[in-house]
Amino acid sequence: MNKYLRLFISFFKIGVFTFGGGYAMIPIIQKEVIDNRGWVEKREFLDLLTLAQSAPGPISLNTSVFVGYKMYGYRGALTALAGVVLPSFLIILTVAIFFSQIRQNPVIDAAFKGIRPVVVALMLAPAIGFIRSLNGVAAVCAAVAALAIWHFGVSPVLILVVGAVVGLVYAARGKEVER
Amino acid sequence: MIYLQLLYSYLKIGFFGFGGGYAMLSLIQNEVVVQNQWMTNAEFADIVAISQMTPGPIAINSATYIGYTVAGFWGSVVATVAVCLPALTLMILITRFFILLRDNSYVKGVIAGMRPVVVGMIGAAALLLMFPKSNDGASFIDGWSWALFIAAMVAAYKKANPILLIILSAVAGVAIYYLPNIV
Repeated sequence: MNKYLRLFISFFKIGVFTFGGGYAMIPIIQKEVIDNRGWVEKREFLDLLTLAQSAPGPISLNTSVFVGYKMYGYRGALTALAGVVLPSFLIILTVAIFFSQIRQNPVIDAAFKGIRPVVVALMLAPAIGFIRSLNGVAAVCAAVAALAIWHFGVSPVLILVVGAVVGLVYAARGKEVER
Repeated sequence: MIYLQLLYSYLKIGFFGFGGGYAMLSLIQNEVVVQNQWMTNAEFADIVAISQMTPGPIAINSATYIGYTVAGFWGSVVATVAVCLPALTLMILITRFFILLRDNSYVKGVIAGMRPVVVGMIGAAALLLMFPKSNDGASFIDGWSWALFIAAMVAAYKKANPILLIILSAVAGVAIYYLPNIV
């Protein structure tokens, strides 16, 4: 089999079976890339995860680019990326086409009235876990950031940049930034 | 020019999408609901729910969905490609300079400085859905909403399967808001 095709199929599989995104994807990627294919070593994979989490963008996307680029350069990166993105794209496109038609249905409408508050809970629950991993000062910063974006309509991009600059200043002064 | 607007918005979302998943929601919400008003808060919450039930990262799912709703098939292509481009470019750079970056104290500092902001962004996205700034499309419409929210909070904290929670809440929604009207 063509080497690009094999890479594409592997990441297509990862794209199809990763419900929930983010951290739920990691075991599936690990199995395919390390155990089944032996493309990356385990230690290397752990280092990669740290960077994939720090870099902007979804983890699965970042991992696919890393593995693809490492194996076959730019073409490999594009192949793996296309593989991981295509399943989401096709499925969501289908959903989008039909959802606009069934949205007005009273049963569907009632179902989504029940779903919406639960979505908020699903978003907040992991944030509580993250807050507990921050120290006091950082937790206050997080609360201020949330308030600024929500109540005062400050752009999240601006606040991210401020956070990055503060971290950079601390690093330049040779202090270890607290978690 | 709607395609250019989609391209610009999703390039921004892709480039500043630190923290992945839920943190990116705040960026997406800011672009799509607050800035461009391509959809209401409720529609945005629906897309988050659909993203949870289908495979793939929320950033990609929302790009495809919103792109399609705003500008049809090519809109979904433009938004999806745009949200991928920054990750593609940056990850190739990161892979090339892997060893250098890993142990650099400035890189560590920047990441540590952004960490609390990322947590705050998740909070802001949730707050905007709970207490929207305008009245169109509130996610919380009555006491039942809050009851479902609290139940789901407890369940999610105890690591319940999110897809199962969404299915259960859909059933609850039909039982609360639809059945009383036909009985």
